[in-house]
Amino acid sequence: MNLPMVQRILGLMLLMFSLTMLPPIGVALAFGDGHWQPFLDSFLIVAAIGLLLWLPVRKVRRDLRLRDGFLVVAVFWICLGLAGATPLLITDRPDLDFTDAIFEAVSGFTTTGATVIVGLDDLPKSILYYRQQIQWLGGMGIIVLAVALLPVLGIGGMSLYKAETPGPMKDQKLTPRITQTAKALWTIYALMTAACALGYYLAGMSGFDAVGHAFSTMSTGGFSTHDASFAYFDSPAIEVIATVFMFIGGASFALHFLVIRQRDLYAYWRDTEFRAYFRLVAIVIAGASVYLWQQGEFDTFGSALRHASFQVVSMQTSTGFLTTGFADWPGALPAFMMLLTLVCGCAGSTAGGMKVIRWLIVFRQGVVELKRLVHPSAEIPVKLAGRVVPQRVISGIAGFFAMYFVVFAVLMFLLMMFGLDQVTAWSAIATSLNNVGPGLGDVIITFRDVPDSAKWVCAIAMLVGRLEIFTLVLLLTPAFWRR
Amino acid sequence: MKIIILGAGQVGSTAAQQLSREQTNDVTVVDTRDEILRDLQDRLDIRTVSGNAAHPAVLEAAGGNGADLIVALTNSDEVNMIACQIAWTLFRTPTKIARIRSGDYNQRPELFGDTAIPVDLAISPEQLVTDYVERLIRYPGALQVLDFADGRVRLVGMRALKGGKLVGHQLRELRAHIPNRDVRVAAIYRDGQNVKPDGDTVIAEHDEVFFIAARDDMRTMMKELITEEAPVRRVVIAGAGNIGYRLARALEDRAQVKLIDRSAERTRRAAETLRNTLVLTGDAADEELLLEENIDDTDVFVALTNAEEINILSAMLAKRLGARRVMALINRPSYAELMEGGKIDIAISPQTITIGALLSHVRRGDVVRVHSLRRGAAEAMEAIVHADGRNSPVAGKRIDQIGLPEGTTIGAIVRGEEAIMAHHDTVIEVDDHVILFLTDRRHVEDVGRLFQAGTRA
Repeated sequence: MNLPMVQRILGLMLLMFSLTMLPPIGVALAFGDGHWQPFLDSFLIVAAIGLLLWLPVRKVRRDLRLRDGFLVVAVFWICLGLAGATPLLITDRPDLDFTDAIFEAVSGFTTTGATVIVGLDDLPKSILYYRQQIQWLGGMGIIVLAVALLPVLGIGGMSLYKAETPGPMKDQKLTPRITQTAKALWTIYALMTAACALGYYLAGMSGFDAVGHAFSTMSTGGFSTHDASFAYFDSPAIEVIATVFMFIGGASFALHFLVIRQRDLYAYWRDTEFRAYFRLVAIVIAGASVYLWQQGEFDTFGSALRHASFQVVSMQTSTGFLTTGFADWPGALPAFMMLLTLVCGCAGSTAGGMKVIRWLIVFRQGVVELKRLVHPSAEIPVKLAGRVVPQRVISGIAGFFAMYFVVFAVLMFLLMMFGLDQVTAWSAIATSLNNVGPGLGDVIITFRDVPDSAKWVCAIAMLVGRLEIFTLVLLLTPAFWRR
Repeated sequence: MKIIILGAGQVGSTAAQQLSREQTNDVTVVDTRDEILRDLQDRLDIRTVSGNAAHPAVLEAAGGNGADLIVALTNSDEVNMIACQIAWTLFRTPTKIARIRSGDYNQRPELFGDTAIPVDLAISPEQLVTDYVERLIRYPGALQVLDFADGRVRLVGMRALKGGKLVGHQLRELRAHIPNRDVRVAAIYRDGQNVKPDGDTVIAEHDEVFFIAARDDMRTMMKELITEEAPVRRVVIAGAGNIGYRLARALEDRAQVKLIDRSAERTRRAAETLRNTLVLTGDAADEELLLEENIDDTDVFVALTNAEEINILSAMLAKRLGARRVMALINRPSYAELMEGGKIDIAISPQTITIGALLSHVRRGDVVRVHSLRRGAAEAMEAIVHADGRNSPVAGKRIDQIGLPEGTTIGAIVRGEEAIMAHHDTVIEVDDHVILFLTDRRHVEDVGRLFQAGTRA
């Protein structure tokens, strides 16, 4: 363990993060909401803490080991929750207590999008903007951004990148240098966000709403600047744009990079994971809209299709925008939509959940086991796109599944112990662990009414889910700390 | 520069490590062994691609399209050549370097060229190592001998020993010891630490001293650091592989050479072509055999088998039995560090030698030669000063006016046929070959930039 170096990087990254308090000040001045003081204070506080961490160890120069990378990422995400909550805590509009401020910040950074605030429409523009911005930063990962911008990270950048980026196989670099890879990812991310904002604007959103919603769409976050979420706009055009960009955000950014570099749209279809992701979304949308129409939930098939497709993509990509909501839908649909979030988007996307590729590999492994029952001595490898999946990856995924469900169960029992009913408890954990946002029962739109203890459990679940279980759980194992 | 390295063996990994350390290089390594690649990627900031190095699809995935340099270092000469051929045919890769082991290919230079097998530089590690060892044996006492400017200037590293005339004296006395000769002490390492040499520095026993001198002044300077050694008369070589055999052939006319190998087949084949060498079949780590062959009367014992552990052990044994100087071929840098200067006089690292040759071609244009010293801790460079009409940071300047990075010294300048030892007031002219010594290899790039022609900066 290389603690001085870890401290130095944490300090540097906090310094970098403190700069993100400046745009909201600009927003406050531009819209004249007079609400810049909390951000200036937060900027000074976070920068001071960063400086205090960095100054004593600024001359330390050592390479980060893999282990240090996990420590940096885990600790920094926890710091993010605290630092990001500062302005929310300082301001009196909304007047949040400590627990709520932390919950809101963590929910933002992890792109969950669950909120404890009701009455968004009356809040100052700067606060609204800030909430959207933390989602955007958390989407591609603020550590990936740090790797792109801070050359001092050097080789250690790879270990940080690996600890933050989701997916089971992250040894594949897009470019030889890790900083270039990080830069490429952020550039694509920023460009797509710009395209999304432009789309929203042309479809009739105000400039402020367009940018704000583009932030939380590309990051598959789910925060909105209105209590009614997308129902506020009630515009099919806006919903179609949102659906498309949520879908893009749920696909792998490495794949986007490949498509752009090869200038070949067909590369999407060649990717096995993307194909599975696309098919799953298409089938669920078709099934749900037919079912909703049959059950008479909507008058016409057209409106059933409109709401089903928006809501399915919103849940499947872990965004959590709502139009009509799905909690009151008939039959198994509400529970099914919640379970859909376990699959979620592709590895290397901004979506949460367990990722399509893991399910795909586990499913194929299951098929292989079936075949083995018939031909006990057959050699049947699990393949993806014609290439054998290494046994290491498969067992890694098996371990991930086991760990995921253990964590899921433990946190759910905790919520029940804190007095939540079963439906609320399991959907709250599913929505937090998968970074989605809305749940069922008491947490359909807001988490305001659950007890503080439950909010803490959910905030932890969001962090655990965003860092894909292992990074955080690793810190609790004695083996990690043993020299 | 975009670089593809094929083969992640010893030399491939080291090359990837050294090249990726320079920020301007993008390195991709190709190998068939996933384990090694994963390991490498965890350690270095590079990309890895798994697959057969000679397959077009693999080369393409590694970024063959747009690569500036391809370095083929797989175990197979044939794969290396085919990979270069494919890179040239498909991607027109400008520079292709291949490791070609087999002497058969190397004897026919007409094989290599854009119209035949498009390899711009065929590196033969065996030949490089042989040359290196031969130079060490020719200059008894030297740890490292490097040529610059076609051998007009040499950089020698050696360990100062009791009896050397300068040992225990200040460096400024050197001028009195050897008047009329110009020698520059470039660096001194004491207990592994770099000591900045100036006039007051006292040379102590066991210091590792690097000096730069014109070829003819070398021997004079060496006498300053060690007692005069008798020229090498008797050499025992363990291992009749490629290197051992070539070394025996290079030395057999000047010294009495004994070549030992375990394999009867190898010794028979060696004996068929060697004229004056005594070829012995047996175990080089066998005490009886060594004593029988008068190891106690041997000037130099060189262990060059394929197994580094055996090399280390047999060299240690030879030393204990009385061989005057022992050398061993050691691949792992950490082993070399452990052994050198202790029980083994010189650790020969084929990687460092190969990498040195490789890097001097990779670093483009103005830097013509780079040698790793002390297993990569320091470097010696040879750079050419260009006239580019603009303000060169070097040309026309006095040495003390040049803003050199810390730990960098200009040792010598070769102007035409003349070798000039550098002083603080020496003025550098256009087309000079400047020989620099860097105690901190991180500055290699900065120095390279100094000498870069303005158009490319």
